[in-house]
Amino acid sequence: MDSTITLRVNGQRQSVATDSQRTLLDILREDLHLLGTRFGCGAGDCGACTVHIDGKRAFACQTVAADADGKSITTIEGLAPNGRLHALQQAFMDEGAYQCGYCVSGMIMAAAALLDQNPHPTDAQIRAGMNPNLCRCCGYVKIVSAVRRAASAAEALPSLRR
Amino acid sequence: MNRITNTIDRQSDIKPRLTRRRFLQSLGAGLMIAVGASPTLAQEAPQPRRSVRNRGGFGGAPVKIAARVHIAQDGAITVMTGKVECGQGARAEITLAAAEELRVSPDQIRLIMGDTTLCPDDGGTYGSMTTPRTIPTVRTGSAAARQALAAIACEKLAAKPDDIQFKDGKITYSGQQLTYGDLVSASLDKAFSQLPSPDVKVTAVADWKVLGNPYLRPDRRDLVNGTHVYPSDIVRPGMLYGKILRPPSYGATLTSTDLSAVKAMADVRVVRDGDFVGVAAPNTFRAQQAIDALAKTAVWQTLPHLSSKDLYDHLKQSAQGGIPQNTHADDLAKAAVALRQEYHVAYIQHAPLEPRTATAEWTDGKLTVWTGTQNPFGVRGELARAFNLPADSIRVIVPDFGGGFGGKHQGDPAVEAARLAQNLAKPVRILWTREEEFTWAYFRPAGVILAEAALDPTGAIASWYFLNINSGPQATESPYRAGKHQAGFVPSDPPLRQGSYRALASTANNFAREVFIDELAAAAKIEPLRFRLMNLDNARLKNVLQTAADKFGWNNDAGKKPPNTGIGIACGTEKGSYLATCAAVSVDEKTNAISVTRVTQAFDCGPIHNPAGLLSQVQGAIVMGLGAALREEIRFENGAITNSNFADYAPPRFADLPDIDVHLIDNRSAAPAGAGETPIIGIAPAVANAVYNATGKRIRQMPVRITV
Repeated sequence: MDSTITLRVNGQRQSVATDSQRTLLDILREDLHLLGTRFGCGAGDCGACTVHIDGKRAFACQTVAADADGKSITTIEGLAPNGRLHALQQAFMDEGAYQCGYCVSGMIMAAAALLDQNPHPTDAQIRAGMNPNLCRCCGYVKIVSAVRRAASAAEALPSLRR
Repeated sequence: MNRITNTIDRQSDIKPRLTRRRFLQSLGAGLMIAVGASPTLAQEAPQPRRSVRNRGGFGGAPVKIAARVHIAQDGAITVMTGKVECGQGARAEITLAAAEELRVSPDQIRLIMGDTTLCPDDGGTYGSMTTPRTIPTVRTGSAAARQALAAIACEKLAAKPDDIQFKDGKITYSGQQLTYGDLVSASLDKAFSQLPSPDVKVTAVADWKVLGNPYLRPDRRDLVNGTHVYPSDIVRPGMLYGKILRPPSYGATLTSTDLSAVKAMADVRVVRDGDFVGVAAPNTFRAQQAIDALAKTAVWQTLPHLSSKDLYDHLKQSAQGGIPQNTHADDLAKAAVALRQEYHVAYIQHAPLEPRTATAEWTDGKLTVWTGTQNPFGVRGELARAFNLPADSIRVIVPDFGGGFGGKHQGDPAVEAARLAQNLAKPVRILWTREEEFTWAYFRPAGVILAEAALDPTGAIASWYFLNINSGPQATESPYRAGKHQAGFVPSDPPLRQGSYRALASTANNFAREVFIDELAAAAKIEPLRFRLMNLDNARLKNVLQTAADKFGWNNDAGKKPPNTGIGIACGTEKGSYLATCAAVSVDEKTNAISVTRVTQAFDCGPIHNPAGLLSQVQGAIVMGLGAALREEIRFENGAITNSNFADYAPPRFADLPDIDVHLIDNRSAAPAGAGETPIIGIAPAVANAVYNATGKRIRQMPVRITV
C-alpha cells in the first residue's frame, strides 16, 4: 500500500508515493533517478549505497521509506553542487583511487562522514573508519591515500550537515 | 504525488537503432565511412577454431583503418575497440596507444569500447590479451591513419614526408598549418577504407612520448561525481524491472507453481515458459514481492548434490581417465631427498561489486542489450542462438562496468532480460541480487594438485611430477629446471558451474608449486630463496625474485625473528610476465588467526604502457589474492551455497590491508605482456610459506588455514 513520504534530497524537497517498506536506495535510483548511489549487496555488507541521512552515514539499502520520511538525504550528486568537486572527489580523482569505480560513490560518502567526525585521521583510523565499505578491485591502498590527501587539503571541508 | 525534479536522461546519446554509419556521421560532418564493421569485414576475420554459429568474441584480425579511427571535419578523433573496461585499465591504455601513434594528447581521443555495432571485434577482454594483442592492432591502425593524414598533408603543403611535423592534432610545414579536420576528404576516405599496410611503422619504445607516462582514466570525473553510467544504470522509456524465479538447489526442476497470486498483482507481469519463470514490475521491490509469492507456491523436484566437505575426494575419484601415474616414481625411492604431496584449492567466486545486469529492448524485431560483459561479441552470439536471430539484428552495448575478474564472460542476464522484454514488449532490466551472484554465476574451479619430486645431493631437481585435477592447465609447466619432467592436467566431474577467473588455474598451480618448492628447499636444508635461484634458468624470473627479496629485506635467519612471525617468498611466470612476492605474517598463538603484515612484490611485464594503471592492477591483485589466500571459499550443501553473501564469504577489506611495496620493472627490451592477471598468483604461496616459517606448520590448502 503506497503512502507519501517527504524527503529533502541534496537540498531539494521531494514527495514520493511509495510502499513504506521499499528501500531508500530503490527510491533514490528508481523514483528520483539519482543513479550515483549503487546497489552492491542489499544487506549492508558492502557500502556501495552509502549516503548521509541527517548528516550521518547510512546504508541506503538498509533504510526503508518509512524510516527515511522527513529526513534530509545527501547523495554523491549532492556532494558536488554546481559542478565544483568536493575535496574528497578531487582527491579520489587525482590519486586514481578507483579501478572499476563502482564502489567510489559509497567510498566518498563514507569518507566524507569520517572526515566530518575526525578531520585529521591517522591511516589506522582511515582503515577502521572505511572498513564497512568493500572495493572488489581491492584498490584500498590508493583509497587510503585519497582520504589522507583530502584530509590534508588546504581548503576546509564543507560540513555535511545541511 | 511523485514529484520528480531530478530526472536525468543519461542515455540521450545512446540510440538503439543507430547504425554504425549514422553514428559516425553524427560525430561530425567529416569522413564518410565507406566500409565499417560490416558483413564484408566479418568474412575477413579468421575462422574460429570451433565453428559454432555466431559464437563471436574470436576477433583480433586486422581491420580497415576506418573501423579503428574516425576523424571528423572539426578534427575530433574517435577510436573504436571491441575491448571493454571493467576496472582493469584498458580504456586508459588503449587511449594512450592511439594518442601515441596519432601524435595527439590522450585527452584528444574519444574511445568507444564494447559496442558490437560500432566497434571491431577485438576478441573478449580476458587472458591478459589487451596488451599483447589489441594494443598492437590499435597502434598499427592509428599509425596507418597518421600516415594517410601525412600523405594528404604533404600533397596540400607541397612538402616531403620527412619535412612535416605533427603536434597536438596539427601538421605544420614551413609556417603553414593544417588540422586533421582540414585533411578530411575523399582521398582520406579512400586511404581509410584500406587495411593498414604491412609496412606501417609504429613508434619505437625509445621514442614514446605518450605511452609509458602515467595516465588516469579519461572518465575519472564521472567516477567520482557519481555520473558514470554503469550497465545497472541504464534506463529506457517504459522500462520494467525483471526478476527470475530461481530453483532452491542445483539441478532442481519446477514441477508446478501457482501464477494466480502474481496475476492478481495489477502492475506485475509474469512470463512462464517451461522451467523459466520471470516477472517484471515498475520497480525492483514490486518484482521481488512477485517472485517471493511465486516461490511460496513453487514445487520443485530436487536432485542429490555433492557437499563441499566431500569435494576433493570426489574430484580425485572422478578424474577423467584416471590419475596419470608418475612414470619416474622409481626416482623418488632412490633419491636422497624426495617428496610427494597433495594440495587443495577451493572454489571461489569473483563477486564483482556490480552484479551481473542487463537491459534489453526490442524494436521492430531487432534487439539491443546493454550489459556488463567481458565478451560483447560472444554475448551477441549467445543472444543470436537463444532467439534464432542473425547477429546483425542484435546490438550489444557494454558501458564501462563494475568489475569482471574473469567472471563476466557470459550473457546469462542478457538472455533473461531479452526473454522478458520480448514477451512483454517492453524494455526490461535484470540486476542479479548478491545471493544470485554467489549461486548462479560460475566459479573459479576447485582443484587437487599432486606434486612429486626427487632432488640430487646438490639440491638440483632430478625428477619432477606435477598434476592438476579439475582446475586447469595454466602454469602446470614448471619454470624450474628438472632432470626428468612430467606435468599435466586432467578434467574431473565438477559439482559446480565453473569457468574463468583472474589468472584462472595459475592461481591454483602456482600456489601448489611454490609451496612444494618451499617444502623441497626445507627438506634439502637449503634457504628457500637460494633454492629457487639455483634451480631457475630464466633471467627475468631470477631478476624479479632478487628484486623482491632485496626490497623486502629478505633475511631468513630463524634465530632473529620475533615469535609467531614469519616470512615467505614465491615467484611465478604466466602469459609472458614475471612475478615474485615476499610476505610477512604474524599468527595469533591462541586463535591461529593469520595476519599478513607486509608484502613486497616485483613485477616485469615488459615495457610499461601506463605506470599508473599498472600500479593499481598490481596493488589490487595482491589484495584480491589475499582474499583467496586467507578466507575466500565457496561452501555448499544439498545443492545450495551456504555462504552466499559478503558477510559470510568475507572478501578482503581495509582491515586486511598489509603494508604493500610494489616494484615495477620497466623492461623495455622485452615484448609487452598483459598485467591484469599474473600479479595475483604470488601472494597465496608467499603467505603459506610465511605461515610455515612462523609456526612450522605446512599448509597445503587454499585458503590457508591453520586447523588444530
